[in-house]
Amino acid sequence: MAGLRTAEGARRAGYTGPIEFLGAEAHAPYNRPPLSKELLQTEGQGHADVAFPIRSALEEGVSWVLGRAAVSLDAERRVVVDDAGDEHPYSALVIATGLRPKPLPIDDHGLGGIHVLRTLDDAVALRSVLRPGANVVILGSGFVGCEIAATAAKNGATVSVVTQSRVPLQRALGSLLGAEMRRRHENHGVRFFTGESLFGLVGDPSVERVILTSGVMLECDVLVVAVGSDPNTEWLASSGLDVSDGVLVDAGLRAIGSDGAVRPDIFAVGDVARYANPLFDDVARRVEHWNLPTETGKRAGQLIAAHLAGDDCEPLAAEGFAPLPSFWSDQYDAHVLAFGMTYLADRSELVAGRVDDECVVEFFRGDDLVGVCGIGMRSAVQAYRTRFAPPAPPSSG
Amino acid sequence: MIRIDVDMNKCQHYGQCVFEAPEVFQLNADDKLEYVAEAPDEMLADLEAAADVCPMQAILITRA
Ligand SMILES: Cc1cc2nc3c(=O)[nH]c(=O)nc-3n(C[C@H](O)[C@H](O)[C@H](O)COP(=O)(O)OP(=O)(O)OC[C@H]3O[C@@H](n4cnc5c(N)ncnc54)[C@H](O)[C@@H]3O)c2cc1C
Ligand code: SF4
Repeated sequence: MAGLRTAEGARRAGYTGPIEFLGAEAHAPYNRPPLSKELLQTEGQGHADVAFPIRSALEEGVSWVLGRAAVSLDAERRVVVDDAGDEHPYSALVIATGLRPKPLPIDDHGLGGIHVLRTLDDAVALRSVLRPGANVVILGSGFVGCEIAATAAKNGATVSVVTQSRVPLQRALGSLLGAEMRRRHENHGVRFFTGESLFGLVGDPSVERVILTSGVMLECDVLVVAVGSDPNTEWLASSGLDVSDGVLVDAGLRAIGSDGAVRPDIFAVGDVARYANPLFDDVARRVEHWNLPTETGKRAGQLIAAHLAGDDCEPLAAEGFAPLPSFWSDQYDAHVLAFGMTYLADRSELVAGRVDDECVVEFFRGDDLVGVCGIGMRSAVQAYRTRFAPPAPPSSG
Repeated sequence: MIRIDVDMNKCQHYGQCVFEAPEVFQLNADDKLEYVAEAPDEMLADLEAAADVCPMQAILITRA
């Protein structure tokens, strides 16, 4: 997604030269959020239901090399090597390789019935086993885990969520809203095992039961591992870039080397990029919200067009980059919409409505508003957008 | 002219589009999306931005 948005952004900024997409998946770019929601629930939905439309600006001068993964980058020679051994030379490189789910934290003994969810193929495989009556155990209670729980429960599966947190969605939504989301899940029959992890698996050739650290044993036909993600940066190991946690970039989305120097011809966008957001502070972070592939892509597109036109990119980069993160989640009839970085907060406060119905909750770090989240009440939540102002630029004196 | 179609089966009335092209998209008093079906060509960039930010990818923009 971020790769696509960057290409569109470069075209919009006047770049007319060739563009090559190199993608590990066999599919053209598609929208991931439905993978845990509509597509997971609706038999027969596939790529056509989630594919991003390809704008006319990308109809010409674009080549798609799909089903091939990049395995290394030689930044000196400016070539990317793929898993078939082919070399892809570039004038400007965009790293948009996203994340992949963390694996099961214990040995899986090669058992069947263990799933993760990131790609369309993952979703189709999981959908085929989320049958009514199936015993589904979900490890992890972040957004992906909770959305799968909601979809599986709606499909009539028996769902258990196993999580180390005290309440689901704790990191993103805090205790107040997390507890409320738990109540809503429980109303739909989902059971929670909090402060728990997996101790062992029983079954052969497929998982049949899981044993939790407390000793509780759960029937399990389908085990879904949703315990967070890792950036896809292994292929950059010898590139000389700082990939200690995603690809470190400056305010122009330009990659920074492990030597601290900016690489003017290498950009990183979307979930894999790590950058500081002056709306909040100067700490570089990876942020996994859906609007940021678009925001980072547009911005990188501008700089790429300028760089390839031979223009000085510094003034553009110096403008700074302060996108307002936004995320949403649909679970049952709860439409959650948030702006900002709620997980930086040390406290949250109900400011409108009732948590068990519709509400707005503000999130603070110290005295600073860092996020807002609503269940329903969309206009009220949208109105907060203008409340996140970047700090005044330091006076250059 | 540009034609705007919103798939109302997909739209969840999040209102993200409203901020990109308020001339075309509005949330009404019940927090439901209302929009106009045609807009002048000059609005193409704003309308594409609105289609980009729609979480449900419910907005289709076509040049008429
Ligand atoms: C199931 C699911 C549900 C979600 N729901 C929501 C939601 O409700 N709300 C929300 O705000 N956000 C949601 N998100 C988050 C959102 O989808 C992501 O932030 C967004 O997809 C990130 O886009 P990206 O382009 O950075 O990465 P991706 O979309 O992951 O794209 C990266 C691409 O790079 C490819 N790739 C990886 N390594 C290589 C390599 N070495 N060589 C070549 N190609 C490679 C991958 O195969 C992939 O196609 C969800 C994510 C998932 C997985
Ligand atoms: S952004 Fe999309 S889902 Fe939200 S109101 Fe607009 S069309 Fe509907």
